[in-house]
Amino acid sequence: MDPAALDVDLDLPRRHIRLSVRLRLAPGTLAVVGPSGSGKSSLLRAVAGLERPAGGRIALGDEVWFDARARVDLPPERRGVGMVFQDYALFPHMSVLENVAFAGRRDAPGLLERLGIAHLAGARPAGLSGGERQRVAIARALARRPRVLLLDEPMAALDAHTRAGVREELGRLLAGLGLPALLVSHDFDDAAALAGRVLVLVDGRVVQEGSPGDLVSRPADPFVASLTGANLLRGVARPGPDGLTLVALEAGGEVLSTDPGQGPVGVVVQPSEVTLARGPVDDSAVNRLPGPVLAVQRLGNRTRVTVGPVRADITSRSADQMGIREGEPAVAVFKATATRLVPLPGATRPA
Amino acid sequence: MRHLFSAVAAACLAALLAFLLLPVAAVLIRVPPGSAWWGEVALDALRVTLLTSLVANLVFLLLGTPAAYLVATRRFRGRALVVTLLEVPLVLPPAVAGIGLLVAFGRAGILGGELSALGLEIPFTRLAVVLAVVFVAAPLYVRQAVAAFEAVDAEVLAAARTLGAGPFRVFRRVALPMAAGGLAAGWALAFARGIGEFGATIIFAGSLQGVTQTLPLAIYAQFEQDLDTALAIGGLLIAFSLLLLFTAKMVPGWTRLRSTSTSTSRAGTSA
Repeated sequence: MDPAALDVDLDLPRRHIRLSVRLRLAPGTLAVVGPSGSGKSSLLRAVAGLERPAGGRIALGDEVWFDARARVDLPPERRGVGMVFQDYALFPHMSVLENVAFAGRRDAPGLLERLGIAHLAGARPAGLSGGERQRVAIARALARRPRVLLLDEPMAALDAHTRAGVREELGRLLAGLGLPALLVSHDFDDAAALAGRVLVLVDGRVVQEGSPGDLVSRPADPFVASLTGANLLRGVARPGPDGLTLVALEAGGEVLSTDPGQGPVGVVVQPSEVTLARGPVDDSAVNRLPGPVLAVQRLGNRTRVTVGPVRADITSRSADQMGIREGEPAVAVFKATATRLVPLPGATRPA
Repeated sequence: MRHLFSAVAAACLAALLAFLLLPVAAVLIRVPPGSAWWGEVALDALRVTLLTSLVANLVFLLLGTPAAYLVATRRFRGRALVVTLLEVPLVLPPAVAGIGLLVAFGRAGILGGELSALGLEIPFTRLAVVLAVVFVAAPLYVRQAVAAFEAVDAEVLAAARTLGAGPFRVFRRVALPMAAGGLAAGWALAFARGIGEFGATIIFAGSLQGVTQTLPLAIYAQFEQDLDTALAIGGLLIAFSLLLLFTAKMVPGWTRLRSTSTSTSRAGTSA
């Protein structure tokens, strides 16, 4: 069977927000990222049939699952979804094999084999590690032969030290399925590692959709910028020299950007684009922001250094060579071409 | 001061325990040895009790379990009121329950005409005993059953739905086994309450030996003329009640051990 695309157009009022999303999901993984309360779990539940939208339409190919106008609303058991719940929601009173066979498929042992959990067939969920539970939950969801896979925060229930390995495996698995998969996460790194496309949801509305690279290099607004882990500095932009834009920062100092801009803007720069200097810098088209070193955080072979309002990721080797220490002065250096300008919410855009 | 208060509180506890357990112990001490007392009255009462309890338990389990599931898993207007109304019989004096049953189902009662037309004469029959037991025991069971179903993770039920199970299959394969411990505990308490039912039964069903005379009614009928038989029946009821009480206490612990939610940390360390 050719995997069909999932079309979602829904309107779902929640207590504080109104979820209003339109998306098309072709085979491949789409991650929905947003802060808690942004409505991302409601989106998944609406697709699964566990929450009823007020309006809109949900269809897989030409099979309509929900249509407010035509009064179609298939119950969850009649939609071809496989859902992996946040805490996996395994059946505690059943063995791993019984959990996976619940969907009534005879190939449950084969699925256990495929996910590398055949040796756990007789175990109860309570005795499993987080990563093992995740695999059982995925096997169980796949046992139904779903045509859409829904994953609600699949990484959230995992310990920090098992995350990386599990994430890599999950990424490989999703890529191999060839199914449309909708994954919800509050963590941009997880989303970027698992999905080819990321949709950012804030207060029920889609703020930006694109590849993880797009979001990093071209954030639509300050929220997306901070979601990707970028530095965000506020300032006022005006035309600068050589066709560049000059931004006077609220925190003091000026920076240049190749992006156009006028009036209040957010200056976005990824920590990996920032280098450090200890003395005066003799480079032409670069931005320099001097300040005291406020924090030094060593993360293996790289070190995150906070200089004034700017975070910089440098190799631990150069941090050692430069003798970066808290309290000492340093200069954050980044290129004008790596300096993105985003409109600030609430600021009026000049015509 | 603190020591004094602790001592006083401990004394209160000791006094209370002694007061509560002394009658129980007294009955057990005075139960006559051997089985000489095991006469026709006691045997008849035992037969009536077992039979009516069996039917009554079937009725409140079959009605109460789906009803409790509905109340526990759905949010609807007036739900709190429904829960409260289900508990009314719990606060009703048993004598009032008996009178109520009589004027509802009796010959001159509200439904008397309809029941007569069907050829049903309920008061002072075994069916009356069954109804009295259901009336007092069902609310106890339903209350526990609602709590048991509410304790089942709604996400697990939702997961079952996404795996292709319709509402009935979710109930039978997931909700029922997951709530089994709490349901059994509630059933044990309701069973015990039903076995001991006295006030409503004596008014609505009377105390006819071999027909409606249950064990508690037999005690009442016997204690003036044959204290030994009354004591023996009392001993039997005590043993039975204790058995049910301990069952009710043991079972929930057994299911709690097997749920996933509480064992996350344990699984983490064993990995």
